Amino acid sequence: MTTGKVPVGGVVLSRLCKSYGQVQAVRPLDLVIAPGETVAILGPNGAGKTTVLDMMLGLTRPDSGSVSLFGMPPARAARAGIISGMLQTGVPVDRLRVRELLTMVASLYPRPLKVDDVLPLTGATAFADRQTNRLSGGQVQRVRFGVALVANADLLVLDEPTAAIDVEGRREFWAAMRQVAAEGKTVIFATHYLEEADAYADRIVLLAQGRIVADGAATEIKAKVSGRTIRATLRGADVTQLAGLPGVTKVERHGEAVTLSTSSSDETVRALLGSFPEARDVEVLGAGIEEAFLALTADENDVPNQVQGAR
Amino acid sequence: MTRFTYVRYELLRNFRNWRFLILSLAFPLVLYYSVASANRANGKLQGIAFPLAWMTSMATLGAMASVISSCTVISAERSAGWTRQMRITPLGTGTYFGAKVLAGYLRAILTIALLCAAGLTLGVHMPAQNWAVMIGLLLAGLVPFTVLGILLGHLLASDSSAIALSGTVMIFALLGGVYGFQLAHAGTLLDIIKGIPSFWLAQAGKAALRLGNWPAEGWIVMAAWTAVLLPLAVLTYRRDTRR
Repeated sequence: MTTGKVPVGGVVLSRLCKSYGQVQAVRPLDLVIAPGETVAILGPNGAGKTTVLDMMLGLTRPDSGSVSLFGMPPARAARAGIISGMLQTGVPVDRLRVRELLTMVASLYPRPLKVDDVLPLTGATAFADRQTNRLSGGQVQRVRFGVALVANADLLVLDEPTAAIDVEGRREFWAAMRQVAAEGKTVIFATHYLEEADAYADRIVLLAQGRIVADGAATEIKAKVSGRTIRATLRGADVTQLAGLPGVTKVERHGEAVTLSTSSSDETVRALLGSFPEARDVEVLGAGIEEAFLALTADENDVPNQVQGAR
Repeated sequence: MTRFTYVRYELLRNFRNWRFLILSLAFPLVLYYSVASANRANGKLQGIAFPLAWMTSMATLGAMASVISSCTVISAERSAGWTRQMRITPLGTGTYFGAKVLAGYLRAILTIALLCAAGLTLGVHMPAQNWAVMIGLLLAGLVPFTVLGILLGHLLASDSSAIALSGTVMIFALLGGVYGFQLAHAGTLLDIIKGIPSFWLAQAGKAALRLGNWPAEGWIVMAAWTAVLLPLAVLTYRRDTRR
């Protein structure tokens, strides 16, 4: 990964902040995305994903901080036709056929894709001549995707794009998305499914409570998020020594009860029993995505910067 | 080319809304026939033969409603989230406004044409020049109302927008004397009423009979309202798409 460097161009968010009344939706947030990257913004509901994406697109004004899209502020990037997106809300206007709607949107962009190419790509061919107010939820979602795709923009921003789509639709959607990414477009999508982020993004930015709690290659984040917890009874154990065991990301001790968070439970257990033969009642627990989120978020509150990404 | 395609589909969308279109056309037409045919023989309205006077009244009312009704279209687009979607495209403010203005004007022209045709069936006759002056002044007088419709569309949610449409049309029609009676004939009240654009819109018919024009005052009122409403409309449009 080259996420530590600041590339020329691409998407640069600097010290971005947004509050709604008392609620801090996004805390000072810095993020740099290189041209051509496919990045997942992963986070639970209310993490601030939509707020971040809306500020990125210029649809929400940040309280402070700045957004640069390929060296331009969002409004200018929009005018130049280099961004397109699938917003979380936004039903296509009614009384146009699907084909007409896509043609209308395409006409606004400098280098649009052919509508006839976009229709099969989004699985919308079957209802291309139906009016937009007579579509099912899944069909609407495909049309919305088509609207984003037909623009042929350099930056594609998708806010929970597969929210209302069935399993088959999702597969088709991501197949189309891969094709777009392969053409060198920058793709940024928000999701709360780890599997989706892992399968389709080069890089995952983990967002919780308006803050980036982890940022790195998909594999790294997956290991972090899908890590396991080892519990054991161990008298008078040295916390520093426990923390030094392979795979261990966090150590907690309450009296004799020791809890280790690990990215590699096999290695950790082996090393634990090797170094501490007196350990009893060893348990290995899987951590689900929700638990992992909670753990990462809790860490963030208690001890800032305990969980660090690859940046 | 770009703008042309966008505007074309925007108009198509507007005119595919049959129920909306028919209702907005039928309303002034029914009012015209029901009132004008009853007073056709020897009725007069403000000294003008009834079928002609009432024709200009209803054409004014219908045209005013046509352009203000953009507000319902716009607020529906907003509540669907489409306005925000368009905001990230290269669609310019000018093209966006242009399409809305054009759609409103086409509805208004259709209304005026229908009412003129209805007038002809009730024996209204004027030299061609008078028709031209009447229609020309009506169209010019619709400018501030068109902008008002766009402004209301960005200010109001779709449910309140429909009420605002009928309320605004009714109040402006009443204040401006569109129904054929004036609220004041002299004094301060008249001066106030002369500052309302619908007063001059209602005068379009009378001006036509004299083959005259609005006095400078009329043009100034129209221009002043437009000058105030237009920046407000642009401001609400810009503000609206940001949260």
